[in-house]
Amino acid sequence: MFDRQTASAPERLTGWGRTAPSVATVVRVRSAADTGAALASAGVRGATARGLGRSYGDAAQNGGGTVLDCTCREAAPGAGDLAAIDAIDAARGTIAVGGGASLQAIQRAVLPNGWTLPVLPGTWHVTAGGAIASDVHGKSHHVDGSFGAHVEAFTLALPGATGDAGEVREVSRASDPALFDATTGGMGLTGVIVAATLRLAPVETRFVRFDSRRTPDLDATMRALVEGDAGHRYSVAWIDLAGSRGRGIVSTADHARLDDLPAPLRDARLDAPERRLAGRPIPRPAVPPIVPVNLVTRVAVRWFNEAWFRRPEARGVLQPLAAYLAPLDAVRGWNRLYGPRGLIQYQFALPRGEEAELRAIVEAIAGAPAVPALAVLKRFGPGRDAPLSFPIEGWTLAVDFPAVPSLGPFLDRLDRRVAAAGGRVYLAKDARMRAEMVPLMYPRIREWRETRARVDPRGVLTSDLDRRLQLTAATMGGAP
Amino acid sequence: MSDATGRPRSVVVLGGGSEIGLAIARALAERGARAVVLAARRPEALEAPLAALRAAGAVAEAVPFDAEHIATHEAAVGRAFERARALGGDVDVAVVAFGLLDDQRTIDESPERAGRVAVVNYAGAVSSGLAAAQRMRAQGHGTLVVISSMAGQRPRPSNVPYASAKAGLDAFADGLGEALRGTGVRVMTVRPGMVRTRMTAGIARQPLAVSPERVAADVLRGLDRGARVVWTPRAMVLIAAAIRWAPRALFRIVARSR
Repeated sequence: MFDRQTASAPERLTGWGRTAPSVATVVRVRSAADTGAALASAGVRGATARGLGRSYGDAAQNGGGTVLDCTCREAAPGAGDLAAIDAIDAARGTIAVGGGASLQAIQRAVLPNGWTLPVLPGTWHVTAGGAIASDVHGKSHHVDGSFGAHVEAFTLALPGATGDAGEVREVSRASDPALFDATTGGMGLTGVIVAATLRLAPVETRFVRFDSRRTPDLDATMRALVEGDAGHRYSVAWIDLAGSRGRGIVSTADHARLDDLPAPLRDARLDAPERRLAGRPIPRPAVPPIVPVNLVTRVAVRWFNEAWFRRPEARGVLQPLAAYLAPLDAVRGWNRLYGPRGLIQYQFALPRGEEAELRAIVEAIAGAPAVPALAVLKRFGPGRDAPLSFPIEGWTLAVDFPAVPSLGPFLDRLDRRVAAAGGRVYLAKDARMRAEMVPLMYPRIREWRETRARVDPRGVLTSDLDRRLQLTAATMGGAP
Repeated sequence: MSDATGRPRSVVVLGGGSEIGLAIARALAERGARAVVLAARRPEALEAPLAALRAAGAVAEAVPFDAEHIATHEAAVGRAFERARALGGDVDVAVVAFGLLDDQRTIDESPERAGRVAVVNYAGAVSSGLAAAQRMRAQGHGTLVVISSMAGQRPRPSNVPYASAKAGLDAFADGLGEALRGTGVRVMTVRPGMVRTRMTAGIARQPLAVSPERVAADVLRGLDRGARVVWTPRAMVLIAAAIRWAPRALFRIVARSR
């Protein structure tokens, strides 16, 4: 009935939560020039960039429009490659990378040379561009701040003012501070990040030494986090909200020094020996491609949490950085465990001083209409002075739920409480918030819109997230 | 697309005066839909339903739409979508809800009126449903809900034009859904049994008769699980199979007893 002979194949896309799909024309871009040209020629539904698809919600979708795949999956060597990873500038401690290079690939390039990215999120399967656009954070936020704090400069591809040709623009903190800040946390709506210069931190080994300690309730968990932050680079708490109301395991870690390693490990202090079986690299375990039902049920979570909580505490245990910071990367496609309906991750931050409200919200989440399957609590250090950057000094809690309709009104109520307490929801995780919450949670949205309008006057850059939350346009509707 | 909790942004109901259409709109407004546009022959007569939708938390508006005049459908559906988009954003759900059931004796005596039943229930639904599907296709997402009928499973002497038109509509919805595969747009066919509405007020009660609200609740469940077909009430699937496959002699006895 409809003509299927089109130049570029439409693709059905979702975020990592596998909810709310939409179909867009996916264009694979390899260079800054490609990207600018694709933006300039986007249709009425505009264009957005997509990296490795780890945003939980609809940030890297653009139904009916164009989605630029920036990951260069068909590796293309040569200058301007979006997946490029240049040589380390050891004198300045920086590295230049393409916007589509993954943090894992960057770590593989820098760790053997004794460097690491200072801010690493819970998955390394994100691109440098995505990490900047979401201004991601990690377990070292109280020490290092968010990803944007360690970006020296980046290159943006823009749709151009006329539609004849795209534009490529270098942006540094000094050259255009407003655009720099609007882009860190700007969810890709201020231009496609095609290259970036990132600061690195020196390390002696590829290991951390970590301690873990059980805490019987939420207050003890929070106290342990406060104490842990004082003396350690990394800190985080896993909390059990399915079988309790906040007992947990608080884990703290620091980069291991050479002296910390036993002799056998010293030879491999920076290079991980590749594990092989019968001559082939051992593949990571994976969840099957199709899981017909949600396996993350209340009973399953309770059993898992009980077993997890009873694990012996760790004292000075050595673990590779990747395994410690991004444990879920070890299982491919873990999001598929939630079955065809997918999952919702609700992550919010509350300012320091709102501990009572945090306790009340945790209490509410323990009684949520869907099982709070995985909950992670962390203290944030001071936030960055960027309009849509998520972290603010205080607390952040991330909770995974199986996506069910009854979560809608429940999470709406949480949104209002979070906003009333001066907090906010993380846009990179969001898949369901209502637009009217945005100005309450991100009061600098107007200023952000002005900066964005300056670089994209035609309003080409948009996404499903943008349309749902009305980030770029204050009025309903906007571009068709 | 509706959000991760199944909450739509905008909803368009073609046949906004239909009780089933209104019940679905109300249920979606209660679910958190931002905007509802009712497209109906007499929009001025919809003040009460609009007030109910507003009370449920949605922005609501009525626009003119005449199911019988298929030449006007593209423009009328276009206007309804434009209003919906302006009020609430992309249209996540559109419902083809209108239907015409005339008195059988009148129809027997008036081929023209029989033809009208066929035009409204089939041709009008085809043209307006297609106009809606095209607009959703341009968005890359959306669900078209087509209210078919149990009657379409096998016409009885007492409802031949209506049942045959619904049979055609049912086939159209199924085929459209297949044609739209890969576009992000889904078609959901709803097959209610007897629904207690104004349209069926003169007809003898049948077993398993349901309220429009019950139909709406089943439609929402169908939307949540991404169903292609929704029988309402659910037991209708068994009765339909029995009616469809019953030997003709047996079917005659059952059909005439009503």
